[in-house]
Amino acid sequence: MLDILHDYGPLLLIGQYPQGPLGGLALTIILALVSLIASFPIAICIGLARTSSIAPLRNAALAYTYVVRAIPLLLLIFWTYFVIPLVTGYNISGTVTMVVALVVYEGAYLGEVVRAGINAVPKGQVEAARAMGMSYSQCMRKVVLPQALFNMLPSILNQFIMITKNTSLAYLIGTQEVTFAAYQINNQLLTQPFQVYALLAGFYFVLCFSLSRLANWLERSIERKRAGVASHRTNSEAEQPVLLGQAK
Amino acid sequence: MSIFNGFASLLQGDYLHAFLGGMALTLELFVISAVLAFLLACVLMAIRLVPGRATDVLVSAYVEYHRNVPSLVQLFVWYFGVPQLLPASTQNLINDNGGEVIFAIIALTLNAAAYVSEDLRSGFRSLPSGQTEASRALGLGYVQTLRKVLIPQAIWASAPSLVNQTLGLFKTTALAMAIGTAELMYITRQIEGETYMTFQTFAVASLFYLLGSWAIMLCGSLLQQRNQSRMAR
Repeated sequence: MLDILHDYGPLLLIGQYPQGPLGGLALTIILALVSLIASFPIAICIGLARTSSIAPLRNAALAYTYVVRAIPLLLLIFWTYFVIPLVTGYNISGTVTMVVALVVYEGAYLGEVVRAGINAVPKGQVEAARAMGMSYSQCMRKVVLPQALFNMLPSILNQFIMITKNTSLAYLIGTQEVTFAAYQINNQLLTQPFQVYALLAGFYFVLCFSLSRLANWLERSIERKRAGVASHRTNSEAEQPVLLGQAK
Repeated sequence: MSIFNGFASLLQGDYLHAFLGGMALTLELFVISAVLAFLLACVLMAIRLVPGRATDVLVSAYVEYHRNVPSLVQLFVWYFGVPQLLPASTQNLINDNGGEVIFAIIALTLNAAAYVSEDLRSGFRSLPSGQTEASRALGLGYVQTLRKVLIPQAIWASAPSLVNQTLGLFKTTALAMAIGTAELMYITRQIEGETYMTFQTFAVASLFYLLGSWAIMLCGSLLQQRNQSRMAR
């Protein structure tokens, strides 16, 4: 196993870079980061729409969430691969397909995180802000969202871990991330599939496990901070998002 | 109009037969893995309750592995990796009996069991300690206390997250296509490749997954209502 790591370590970490395109674990992380950042605006819109007082907006966001949650990510990827060239007229690479599919998918899950965050901000704050003459958008932008997003940091980090694991599906549409690299190595060696895939699992484990430790630590320190503030405000019960049927 | 013609030709004869076969295998993977995962999760949780550091470390290592490695990679480790460790006769035996289905069920089961055991454990922690003390005082043994008093209550307490895991498992079965298990996703790709009716084939598959997932969500909310009325009583 060590000799595989020695011979093929760079391929697993950065792909064929700098001779070829960037790949491996580096591409996995980039895919996950870009997807998280790009899905953020959508998630905030969905979160706002789901807590909105306008019924059609609320229902549209609800429908989006329930449809996306109900189908496997893999099917969503295949849909994206088919629909985007049809709509835009351009053929797109596996990497772009993956990011688009992940953004659509995460919009629903991260939207739920944002919604829970908004609901967890005490009602009195909204009332106070509105009473002081702030408009809805001012109130959201300056009072509710900053607090909601801060309290949701651990959940957002957990979503990032989910996205990282989900990027492994990009292998199925030919993106050269770390799972694809392992597949290539296995095809070259032929005799040691267990070692190669155990190594691949190890790579993901180190990355995701350390991130989940970080999320736990963040959660504890935010809870401590909130507990300190809670002596001043009584009704700040944390609401955890219910992430229905998240793929693992 | 052409779109509807497409549906008509897909939903008859060989293609209909293939679709139904794929759906049946998806449901088979789902049901078998769900039942096995639930049983295994109960065992894992019981092991974790045994005082002692070694068992605790072992079970939490199991859980962390399955939570921090993508399900797809877990499938690969089982399907491509594990046979290498088995003697040739066992390998042949498995391959003759549909290895891709067996390994898919193993990987899905182990993965789901890790999540479910964590959910049961947090359901467990929400039970007051008086429950154990009372049942032990009544003369029930350790295993009896678990089986008759604690586990049923822990299951009720963690019902919402168990429904979530069930939904997750239903959708995760689609990944089995990557190791060549002929479930719905695999069949969909195959029919799409033969007919080039991408929209129609994907629509059929989507409809199946939507209905399946919504049925699970509906069961979940019915269960939740029943649970609440139970608590209120």
